[in-house]
Amino acid sequence: MNLFLATLLSPLLGGLLLALINNPRLAARLNVATGISTFIFSVLLALEVLGVKSVDAMDGWFHLDAYNVFLVVLTAFVGMTTTIFSGPYMRHELENGRVNERRLRLYHSMFQLFQFGMLLGFTTNNIGVLWVSLELATLATVLLVSLYRTPASIAAAWKYFILCGMGIALALFGTVLVFFTSSAVLGHGNEALNWTALYAHAAQLDPAVMSIAFCFLMVGYGTKVGLAPMHAWLPDAHGEGPTPVSAVLSGLLLNLALYALVRCKMLVDGSTGTEMAGHIMMGFGLLSLAVSALSLHKQRDIKRMFSFSSIEHMALMTFAFGIGTSLATFAALLHMTVHSLVKSAIFFTVGHAAQAMGTQKMSEIRGLIRHHPGIGWGLLVGVAAIAGFPPFGVFTSEFLIFTAALESYPWTTVPLLLGLLVAMAGLFRFVQPMVYGEAPDYAKHVHVNMTPVYIHLSLALLLGLAIPGFLADWYHQAAALITMVTPSVGGNA
Amino acid sequence: MSATLIQQLVDGFAALMLLTSFALLAQHRMLSVLHWFAGQGLLLAATAAIVAYGTDNEELYISALMALLLKGMLLPWLLRRVIRQLHVHREVEPLMNSSMTMLVALGVTLFSFHIIQPIEKTSLLMTRDSMAIATACVLLGMLMMITRKKAITQVIGFLAVENALFFAAIGATNGMPLVVEIGIAFDVLIAALIFGLFFFQIRTTFDSLEVDTMNAHLIHKDDDE
Amino acid sequence: MSSASVQIIQAVMLLLFAPLAAGFISTCKARLQNRRGAGVLQPWRNLRKLFKKEVVMAHHASWVFRFTPYIVFTATLMAASVVPALLVDTPLSLTADVIALVALLALARFFLALAGMDIGTAFGGMGASREMTFSALAEPAMLMSIFVLSLSAHSTNLTTMITHTLNSPFALHPSLAFAMVAMVMIAVAENGRIPIDNPTTHLELTMIHEAMILEYSGRHLALLEWAAMVKLLLFSTLIVDLFMPWGMTAQADLTGVAIALGLWMVKVAGLLFVLAVFETSMAKLRLFEVPEYLSGAFVISFLGLLSYYMLEVGA
Repeated sequence: MNLFLATLLSPLLGGLLLALINNPRLAARLNVATGISTFIFSVLLALEVLGVKSVDAMDGWFHLDAYNVFLVVLTAFVGMTTTIFSGPYMRHELENGRVNERRLRLYHSMFQLFQFGMLLGFTTNNIGVLWVSLELATLATVLLVSLYRTPASIAAAWKYFILCGMGIALALFGTVLVFFTSSAVLGHGNEALNWTALYAHAAQLDPAVMSIAFCFLMVGYGTKVGLAPMHAWLPDAHGEGPTPVSAVLSGLLLNLALYALVRCKMLVDGSTGTEMAGHIMMGFGLLSLAVSALSLHKQRDIKRMFSFSSIEHMALMTFAFGIGTSLATFAALLHMTVHSLVKSAIFFTVGHAAQAMGTQKMSEIRGLIRHHPGIGWGLLVGVAAIAGFPPFGVFTSEFLIFTAALESYPWTTVPLLLGLLVAMAGLFRFVQPMVYGEAPDYAKHVHVNMTPVYIHLSLALLLGLAIPGFLADWYHQAAALITMVTPSVGGNA
Repeated sequence: MSATLIQQLVDGFAALMLLTSFALLAQHRMLSVLHWFAGQGLLLAATAAIVAYGTDNEELYISALMALLLKGMLLPWLLRRVIRQLHVHREVEPLMNSSMTMLVALGVTLFSFHIIQPIEKTSLLMTRDSMAIATACVLLGMLMMITRKKAITQVIGFLAVENALFFAAIGATNGMPLVVEIGIAFDVLIAALIFGLFFFQIRTTFDSLEVDTMNAHLIHKDDDE
Repeated sequence: MSSASVQIIQAVMLLLFAPLAAGFISTCKARLQNRRGAGVLQPWRNLRKLFKKEVVMAHHASWVFRFTPYIVFTATLMAASVVPALLVDTPLSLTADVIALVALLALARFFLALAGMDIGTAFGGMGASREMTFSALAEPAMLMSIFVLSLSAHSTNLTTMITHTLNSPFALHPSLAFAMVAMVMIAVAENGRIPIDNPTTHLELTMIHEAMILEYSGRHLALLEWAAMVKLLLFSTLIVDLFMPWGMTAQADLTGVAIALGLWMVKVAGLLFVLAVFETSMAKLRLFEVPEYLSGAFVISFLGLLSYYMLEVGA
């Protein structure tokens, strides 16, 4: 269990240390080092956990199983590559005077604190602490979004803060409601918020209370996931913050919120024995898919445009988790992985592209391939991957989601397909003029580090071509875990 | 004190909680909003202390103390300083006129009563009756966040929602586990500090605390071409 | 003592004590403002003087104008005679229904407003229109607050409600607290006291009640003023009845009635003193803020209703 502590403490200590370091170069290196160490610890931890299926740590305060340890590794990995990317990116911002050294210190420190909040949220066994850590991660990102201190970034951070504050308050209320009923079954103490205990006694929890609790949790965590109609904060927060922050927001924070939602769904399903929770999630998923696919076409800002694509994919995952069959869950987990990888890669590329062209307006970003083939091709390939073109993992997972939908709810495939096609059309409509053509004369030369992008995209490609055996096992374990608890759903499938 | 008296006291506090939530919605002057807010904090502390006494739960005394210090004193004091320094004294006309707001608020209260009342009966706790009121207060705080235009009243709305949640935890479930309570209190404190920082940021950047002025910068994003 | 005689004593008592109550308030206010004041009996002296004076009437005043003082006084007197003050169960108790009471007061108000408009002066019409506007807001609030009370007694009959309160064990009832606050707010508004209207001045453009009776003189004015005083005492008695009836007697024996009388006087005097303190410490609301005040009262009584269902049913 020392590995577990090391995974958790590494970003916390790194963050505290980074709060003291003023030298940008040193801070960037330490940031990368922290990211790498977190990742290594998390991989070792995962290997340990997978051997024994599930582990309770620290007197049951933390619980590790196939589902969350996989997300821990994903978080640590994307966190690590983001630190690698953010080195040159933030140096460029520093040179251009968009941030000063004090803000940069804040950035590094908050970034690691965010990582800590994420890992804490994934590993904790207490749904109250899960809420607290999600709030912690949110607060850290609020400071990150407002990093540039421009009017737009402050307004965006404010909107993010208020909307998510409201959402997260509803989620807390849902948690209180769960405690309201569970304290009658499990006694008045920590036990009553303990996820494993709740899960074991799910059938004894009052179905009526749990249903109402789920409505609050759904809207609350759903706000954080970015589901329509509570998604208004998301494009602004993505558009105005520094690009590494957009990458981890899309790639990681949304995952944590969805993770929390799925954990709650497992409890509710166990309690009610109906598919109510799943249907609600499917409804939100379809609605968000439609809204995001249509909104995507109206965008002018490149980061905002991709943030709508994030909403679209989160909607897809929510939908798939909502279906709840083991195939759908498998697909959703796979989709979560590839989306995190590809979307953060895209944001990395977009960040460099915006730096090269000196703007985030899509109408002024032109001829990326001519200007810098690495960025241009990176963007094109990334968009192809996220749009679901065959060799990439997104295609596989989307295909699996379709299959699952066709099995359980055939009529939903029509709106699904329509939404995906509309979104894909939007993506290509915007991306094509940006990558092809002559580079404009205002384009600047920038230092880029495309390695993280290549790593992410090749991993996504690998997942598309063949899922390695150990990974497939892992997904199966996690999917079985998530669907097992839902006797009625699992039984029907 | 007998158990019924304690239950009646908690019910009475619940009713007062509802009253403060309505009062927060009805007030226009910044300082009176703040006074009601501070009163709500003290009310929470009193509720926690009563429930702690009634259930013999020592952890709850700590919660009561936290509520007293944080919600009854520290946060109102911080907000008061912000109001003084930024010279915001009146809410410019809210989104809805006040009778309309009151009607909506009554509707919201009825709604929460309608959804929560049936499930209250499933609980055996002596304080279960206040769940519906706690729900109503959460929704009323949100209503305040929606209908007000000044950043600072929105924040008070946010904190009122937090208060209502605290009340739900204390009043309706006899207190969440201490670790969770402390975590939540810590988060609220940090949130309040960040809010405070933001006020000054917003003021220097926009020269106003109106949310509309801020959002204008975002709306332009979509259609400048 | 028969209960019928107590009934008559009650009605006469309300009638005779009403000017004293008005005098009591103004004396309290004077003392609070460091004045000596005109004494408790001053309203009686005023009334006596007015009754002696000649009635002056406009040429085109119709019968409405002439009859209104009598109608208003009679309606108020009828209301006063059915409200139990000392004895819970009186011969008229079957008619002592709160809704009937509200209707009687509404009748008086209706004629007063008609009379205000009858002469056709600007002030009369203005006062009448304001009175009607505000009463449209005040009445629902008052009824709502009464409904809250009647929920636990299952009746709107005053005697039944009082008996219910007297017989139920002591408990904290948040809903009753809400209802009482709302009721006091409405009572203040209905009687034209500060902060809604100022009964001691005829000079303000914002006056309501005084504007309607501006054209009256002599015994007509005396009757109207007297009716207003009775109404104030009536509301105080009503509040005492509904929220703190302890001490009222169920049997019509001498000691019981005497104790009830003493307690009633103490309670009403306490209430009136609180009113005096409030009137001293508060400023009059601007006219357009009055609807907000009244809707506030409505919201509070509605909260009472909700908290009754939320907290007290089945608890």
